[in-house]
Amino acid sequence: MSHVTGLRCRECGREYPIEPLNVCDFCFGPLEVSYDYDAIAHVISRESIAKGPLTMWRYEDLLPVDGANAVDIATGFTPLIKAKNLGRVLGLDNLYIKNDSVNPSYSFKDRVVSVAATKALEFGFDTLACASTGNLAGAVAAHGAKAGMKVFVFIPADLEEGKIIGTAIYGAKLVAAKGSYDDVNRLCSELADTYRWAFVNINMRPYYSEGSKTLGYEVAEQLGWRAPDHAIVPAASGSLFTKIWKGLKELSDLGLIGQAHTKMHLIQAQGCSPIVEAYRQNSLHVRPIKPNTIAKSLAIGNPADGFYALKTLKATGGRAEAVPEEEVIEGIKLLAETEGVFTEAAGGVTVAGLRQLANLGVIEKNEVTVAYITGNGLKTQEIVRHVANPLIIEPNMESFEAAFMAAGGPRS
Amino acid sequence: MANKKRIRFTFPQQLITEPVIYDLGHKFKVVTNIRRAEVREDMGWVVLELEGTEEEIERGLKWVTSMGVRVDPVSADVIEG
Repeated sequence: MSHVTGLRCRECGREYPIEPLNVCDFCFGPLEVSYDYDAIAHVISRESIAKGPLTMWRYEDLLPVDGANAVDIATGFTPLIKAKNLGRVLGLDNLYIKNDSVNPSYSFKDRVVSVAATKALEFGFDTLACASTGNLAGAVAAHGAKAGMKVFVFIPADLEEGKIIGTAIYGAKLVAAKGSYDDVNRLCSELADTYRWAFVNINMRPYYSEGSKTLGYEVAEQLGWRAPDHAIVPAASGSLFTKIWKGLKELSDLGLIGQAHTKMHLIQAQGCSPIVEAYRQNSLHVRPIKPNTIAKSLAIGNPADGFYALKTLKATGGRAEAVPEEEVIEGIKLLAETEGVFTEAAGGVTVAGLRQLANLGVIEKNEVTVAYITGNGLKTQEIVRHVANPLIIEPNMESFEAAFMAAGGPRS
Repeated sequence: MANKKRIRFTFPQQLITEPVIYDLGHKFKVVTNIRRAEVREDMGWVVLELEGTEEEIERGLKWVTSMGVRVDPVSADVIEG
């Protein structure tokens, strides 16, 4: 059962009932879910969590919905891999990869959408909606299908066909809006005000974003109930980054782990790094930019949670790093070649950022470090197309051996 | 028909001292109602509500944008990857 007491403005502190609202009527600040932590402390324990399903819903006491009716497609409890090979390359003895690219729709967005879809049904909505260029669209379409809801996904009209198949297959209604990214953005905000739909990251945002906390809980549990020393997290809106920290803090405050001392490091690609830019200027306010990055899943020029991500950086002593665009592909390759995990561009950003932090000496050799891999490489294969250079041979031994020797023979 | 829009303006450094919001209210039939703001030496932002007809608000926002002010919904970017 849910332990939510209401919504609270993150700016002015005004309180609101549990409704599909995301903005404070008074100051227009963002709303966040409030919980009765005393009640949670009475029912939650490591043992109660361990008895739960091997999905994100084992943490239902800390989510803003009634888990008994969860729209659940088996999201979460993804592998935490001890990355010995990558660690050797980077000089880190206690490096882990949280491989969230193996969720049902192949990204961490399943976590947030699972919560948003569940809450949408609780509120009596029959339509789930979002605006997306990739991962979010697939997650919304998949959960909408499971929930038996109508689904509308708004996309920019120039989005590549390959990106929309993984959404259309679930039966979602795709709406391709002509115009600039900003125009589509504005349209979706207006649609959310006009139609009685559950827009997962607009009117459902306070609930939706809480799903990301499970990436904090899982890592702590998988590490044997402790917070990591360092977390490396890619950032678009900054919400994932702040919620992983919130998840670790909650476990700590509830006594389920010791003091959360994690240094939260935030990584963006240079072509879209408004949060990193504000961090470098020692500012808490993000100046919006126009994204120009190959890491499309991180291309948010005006991040909704930039301010809170910057506060989290300050609170935890973490660093914000921007990685050169060309290092994103290197990051993807490095992770694939060392750990056998094929990630999308956002994961390449994370790995490149991790390497940057290791080179800077920010991470001590023995410190427990977790890099969050949030999406699957099979979704953005076009950006690494150049790696496929097969040996072309005739179907006989001679031809193979000739090609094999020409390619360097047994040494290759 | 009058309607209301919740908007965020981001001002570049050279416009911080300009009375853009005052002018918006005088050049167009738009009521401006500021809810939160911060002005620093190098940038400024204002979160406000605009009230007027759809057409007049659109005309006003076009003018504000043409002045060099960035205009965003208060929910920020909602198109996610």
